[in-house]
Amino acid sequence: MAKVLVVTSGKGGVGKTTSTAALGVALARNGQSVVVVDFDVGLRNLDLVMGAERRVVYDLINVIQGPVKLQQALIRDKRIETLSLLAASQTRDKDALTEEGVARVIAALRDRFDWIICDSPAGIERGATLAMRHADAAIVVANPEVSSVRDSDRIIGLLDAKTEKAEKGERIDKHLLITRYDPARVARAEMLSIDDVLEILSIPLIGIIPESEDVLRASNLGTPVTLSNPTSAPARAYADAARRLKGEDVEMSIPADKKGLFDKLFRRRAA
Amino acid sequence: MTFFGLGRRRSSAPVARDRLRILLEYERAIIGQRDLILVLREEILAVIGRHVRIDPEKVTIKLDRGATVSTLEIDVEIPNAEKWLAPA
Repeated sequence: MAKVLVVTSGKGGVGKTTSTAALGVALARNGQSVVVVDFDVGLRNLDLVMGAERRVVYDLINVIQGPVKLQQALIRDKRIETLSLLAASQTRDKDALTEEGVARVIAALRDRFDWIICDSPAGIERGATLAMRHADAAIVVANPEVSSVRDSDRIIGLLDAKTEKAEKGERIDKHLLITRYDPARVARAEMLSIDDVLEILSIPLIGIIPESEDVLRASNLGTPVTLSNPTSAPARAYADAARRLKGEDVEMSIPADKKGLFDKLFRRRAA
Repeated sequence: MTFFGLGRRRSSAPVARDRLRILLEYERAIIGQRDLILVLREEILAVIGRHVRIDPEKVTIKLDRGATVSTLEIDVEIPNAEKWLAPA
């Protein structure tokens, strides 16, 4: 049965789009059929991160307003057969997203895909609430940093109040994905630890993505990190998170500081 | 990690710069006006539609925007001869 997943955070710049793309690729590489849907109308970027920016003809708004058919707006990934993208409109505003239209598109996507991953815009307004509206589960992306954690808490509240599931009195699964985790800074007590964040937000952890140059490189190339460098630390962390989403039991390891003792000593002196 | 590997890994910024240039050149041009490619698409389909009844499900449109040239590929499935009459 199809599962609708929203990737959300409240705060901007924490890695929603990067995570949507990386998880979409990881699930699709496991043979699942996946569509990633950009809800950031007017400021789309999922197409760019997926490397499909030159191929967008139609978008979500065209499908909602017609006469464009869903099939025509879906962009098939050239590298992974089971992965598709539905882009947001770049030239329209958020009001073009209607509650009824989004419901119709999500229902149609449920018939075609195993996973529908909705990339939410930042904020708590229309685009963000409609992205989460029909979700079965949510991935709350947070950086170990005060404003991100605070905004995540706000988003968790919205997930429990404004989603279709919540309104029906059902429970929406919420998973915490911590991104840009820097073990060296945590070791120096300069960054909130995983335990700190978990204690404050108290939702289960689905993955910890270490801060990495591979992630920036992946965006530069338009090839999600789980495809461009599958053996890198962030790619493995995303792949593990994807397996957990599928219900597999994968042991969670907190990324450790890879620097050797010499390097640590040297850095400390140099600092 | 090899030195070649290192060199390869550093080369992603030029790719990013080129991708952004192509994309933004196009996006800046279309803000506030109609996109030529999309206008062509509509008009081509309208012309075909005057002669053949087009099933919207049987139309595939692909686009590839390049730095100097873009390609627009319109694939229309046209029904057999007896159905070729235009809509009245």
